[in-house]
Amino acid sequence: MSEHAEHAGDETNYVKIWATLLCLLIVSILGPFLGIKIVTLIAAFGIAIVKAYLVAKYFMHLNVEPRYAVYLLTTMLVLVLLFFAGTAPDVMKHEGTNWVKPVVHVETHAPAQH
Amino acid sequence: MRPIANTRMAAGIPTGRLAVWWVVASEIVIFGGLLASYIMHRIAHPEWGDQAANTNVWLGGFNTFVLLTSSLTAVLSHKAATAGNGPKAARLLYATCLGAVIFVCVKAFEWTTEISHGYTITSSTFWSFYYTAAGLHALHVIAGAIIMLLVAETAKKNLELHRVELIGIYWHFVDIVWIFLFPLLYIAK
Repeated sequence: MSEHAEHAGDETNYVKIWATLLCLLIVSILGPFLGIKIVTLIAAFGIAIVKAYLVAKYFMHLNVEPRYAVYLLTTMLVLVLLFFAGTAPDVMKHEGTNWVKPVVHVETHAPAQH
Repeated sequence: MRPIANTRMAAGIPTGRLAVWWVVASEIVIFGGLLASYIMHRIAHPEWGDQAANTNVWLGGFNTFVLLTSSLTAVLSHKAATAGNGPKAARLLYATCLGAVIFVCVKAFEWTTEISHGYTITSSTFWSFYYTAAGLHALHVIAGAIIMLLVAETAKKNLELHRVELIGIYWHFVDIVWIFLFPLLYIAK
């Protein structure tokens, strides 16, 4: 059995973290109703990062796991960021020096009629 | 006598748990690549917001609640297993499986409604991403639930209790993926 689990906290702490996660969920749902873009972004993605951090730290016990696991997961996140940095400019820019991206498809805004 | 693969610790982590961390690491690249692709396309196409407005934020929010709660039961199951209480750990794993079933049922209802309204995987690139990301995640939920049932079967006999933690780590990761899918697909209109 895992020797680090005994350092991870008792049931009450887990329930408190779960309650915190639910409060954050409610804020992330209600925040966008204000209709302010920056609030929506913070409510949606800022809170998602906080929720993921809480789950990883306290439920997955990364706070007491050997650093090896943290380094392993961080390396994978860096690889994803590298992928994003390498491909995003090509996807997100529609034109550049001496090139214009051809239109390859047409978005359909209305559902198909059945 | 336990197999040597379960007891040696070259990395300071029991081999079973180390294997799960590597699974999670590979899943980060899979889901990370998918979500990164979605984000860059979403930024390049603000008009996708009109289509994202057709997803049901309340059902997505309810499913987030279900997964967060199932993560709680999974970690409490781990706690029970640590205390050597296999039957309690098994009961909590069954509760976690119930969360998985509810999640998939809600997802099935959601998809049925959307498809009946004409929003299919070929309707547009947004809906292609939507069904691919949510579908891949749902497959992970189903796989996790099946593994959890197998782990619970041995746990209730007080056998192989270390597996409770291993499936728990996987389940929390599935929860984290949904934590990011929810704002991307349901909130960002």
